[in-house]
Amino acid sequence: MSSWWTVAPVALPLAAAALAFALVGQRSAQRVIATLTALALVPLSVALLMRVSQLGIQTAQLGDWPAPFGIAFVADHFSAIMVVITAIMAAATAIYALSDIDPARESLQYHPLFLVLVAGVNGAFLTGDLFNLYVWFEVLLISSFALLTLGNLRNQLEGGLKYVAVNLVSSLLFLASIGIVYGLTGTLNFADLAVALRDAPAGLVTVVAMLFLVAFGIKAAIFPLFFWLPASYHTPPIAISAFFAGMLTKVGVYALIRVFTLLFTHDVAWTHGVLAWLAALTMVIGVLGAAAQNEVHKILSFHIVSQIGYILMGLAIFTPLALAAAVFYLAHNIFAKANLFFIAGMMRRAGGSFDLGRLGGLYKTHLWLALLFIVSAFGLAGFPPLSGFWAKALVVLASLDAGNAWLAATALGVGLLTLYSMTKIWQGAFWAPAPTERAAGESASWPLVVPAVVLAGLTVVLGLASEPFIALANAAAAELMNPDLYIDAVLNGSLGTEVAP
Amino acid sequence: METAVAITVGIVFGSGVYLVLQRNLMRFIFGLILMSGAVNVSLFVAGRLTRGAPPLVPGGASVPPEGVANALPQALILTAIVIGFGLVAFALVLLLRTYERLGTVMTDELTERLDDPKPVPGFGDDDALRSDGAS
Repeated sequence: MSSWWTVAPVALPLAAAALAFALVGQRSAQRVIATLTALALVPLSVALLMRVSQLGIQTAQLGDWPAPFGIAFVADHFSAIMVVITAIMAAATAIYALSDIDPARESLQYHPLFLVLVAGVNGAFLTGDLFNLYVWFEVLLISSFALLTLGNLRNQLEGGLKYVAVNLVSSLLFLASIGIVYGLTGTLNFADLAVALRDAPAGLVTVVAMLFLVAFGIKAAIFPLFFWLPASYHTPPIAISAFFAGMLTKVGVYALIRVFTLLFTHDVAWTHGVLAWLAALTMVIGVLGAAAQNEVHKILSFHIVSQIGYILMGLAIFTPLALAAAVFYLAHNIFAKANLFFIAGMMRRAGGSFDLGRLGGLYKTHLWLALLFIVSAFGLAGFPPLSGFWAKALVVLASLDAGNAWLAATALGVGLLTLYSMTKIWQGAFWAPAPTERAAGESASWPLVVPAVVLAGLTVVLGLASEPFIALANAAAAELMNPDLYIDAVLNGSLGTEVAP
Repeated sequence: METAVAITVGIVFGSGVYLVLQRNLMRFIFGLILMSGAVNVSLFVAGRLTRGAPPLVPGGASVPPEGVANALPQALILTAIVIGFGLVAFALVLLLRTYERLGTVMTDELTERLDDPKPVPGFGDDDALRSDGAS
C-alpha cells in the first residue's frame, strides 16, 4: 500500500486526537499521546519526502475512486517539504508545550485540539482537491479558534473575535470562489481543473483568480488584509503563538503558490503583477508596523507579515529560481520565526515581561538565551552564514534576474529595517541595564530550551550546509513551473503507480 | 430559473454584507449566517438546476440515465452547511463569553474595555488563568 504514506501525515494526528479526546481528564496520558504523535510525524514525513524524491509525485485516491471523481491526495516535492516542516514544528511545539501550557488549559483539551490543528495543516498541504482544501482549512481554523481563545482571558477574547470574524469572511469568499470555479469547469480536482481552466474564458478566470487571492490573502496575512494578525497572535500562550506564527499563515501562502502556479497561469503579466505589488507593500508595511511596537511578541507578530512579503515576492517573479527561493524562504522563515517566539517566551519567564521597557540585563544573567536569540534574529534578518542569508540572496537574485530591480531594492531595504527591529529587542532586553524592581525570574526547564536549541541549530544548518536544501527547493520549483507533471501524476498515474489492492 | 436564483443570491449576500459592516457584533454574526446561506445556494446553482429528474440509478444499470440532476453540489452544500453550523455556533459562544467578560458587543468599545472591563452582573470576572497571554 504505497498510497498509505501520502495519507499517514493526516491520518496519524487525527487518530491520535480522537484517542486523546477519549481520554478526557487524564492529562498526563494526553500529554504523552500528543508528544509521541508529533515526534513520530517527523520520520514519517521525512520518509514521504524521500519517496517523492526517488519515485516522483506520489498520489493516493481515497476510496479507490479514480481521479478526477474521487478525492486525491497528492505529495509533490513542495507538499512533502511543507509536511516535513510541519512535523518538525509540531514536535518542537509539543515539547515546548510540556512546560508552557498550564494544567488549566490542558484540562480544556489543549492537546487534542493541537493534534487536530496539525492534521488540518497537513491535510491542506496534501490534498489535491479544491473543496477538500476548503474542508482542511476549516478543520485547522476551528481548532485554531479554540486554541487562540483557550482560557477566556479578556485580551484573548478580544483578539480572538477579530481573528474569528475576519477568517470566517475569508472562508465564505473561498467557498463562493469554489462555487464559481465549479460552475465554470464542472470539476474540483486540481489537476483536472488546471486542464479545464485552459479552455475557460480568460476574463472570468482572472476574476476567480482575484477572488482566491483575497480569500487566501486574508489567511496568509498579506497587505492590506493582515490587520487581524497583529491584533490576535500575541494573546495566547507562547507555544500556541509560535506554532500559529510559523505554520498558519504559511498554509495561506502555500495555497496561493499552489493555485497561482497550477491553476491561474493564463495571464501571468496581470495576476503576478498584482502579486508583486502586494508583496512589496506587505514587506514594507509589516516592517514599519513592527518598528512602532515596543513589546517583543508584538514586534514579532508584525514581522510575520513582513516576511510573508518575501515569499510572495518569489511567487510574483514566477521563474524557477524565484519559486525555489520562495520554498527555501518558507522553510527558513518558519523555523526562525517560531524560534523567536519560543525565545520571547523564555525572555518573559526570565525577565517577567514582554515589554522592552521593563526587560533588560538578560545578557548578564542569561547568556545562553542571548546566544539563541542572536542566531535566530540574525538568521531572520539575513546575516551570513545563517539560513536567512541564502533565502534573501536567492529572492534578490531571482528578482534581479527577472529585471525587477525595484522589488530587489525593496527587499534589501526591508531587510535593513528588520535588522533595526531585532537590534531594538537585543538592546532593550539584553544590553539595557536591568530594571531595579524586577519580579523574580523563573528558571527555564528543559522542555523550553530543547526546541529552541534544535530550531536555532536548523537555522545554522540551513545556512552552513544549504546545498542539499536548495537542491530540494529547486526540485520543488521545477515541479511547480511544470504543472503537466502534477496533472499527469494525478490523472494518469492513478492507474499506473497506485494500483488498488 | 438560474438567473432568478442568481439574483436572489445577490440580494441575500448583499444584505449579509450590510449586516457584517455593522458595529454590533451580534448583527455581524447574523450577516455571516445570511452570507453563508447565499454562498450555499450559489454552489447549488453552479451545478445547474434540473427539475424532476432525481439522480437515481435504475435497477440493473451502473450509471444513471442522461439528463438527471447533478448530485455533487448537494454533497458539497451538505458539507458546507455542517461546517458553517459549527463555525457560527463557535462564534456565538465566543461572543457570549466576550459579553460576559467585557460587557459589550460593540466593536468600537471592545478595545477600551480591555483595561476597564464591565462584566455582566451574575458572571464572575476572576482571572482563573494567569498566563503568558495576560498583559
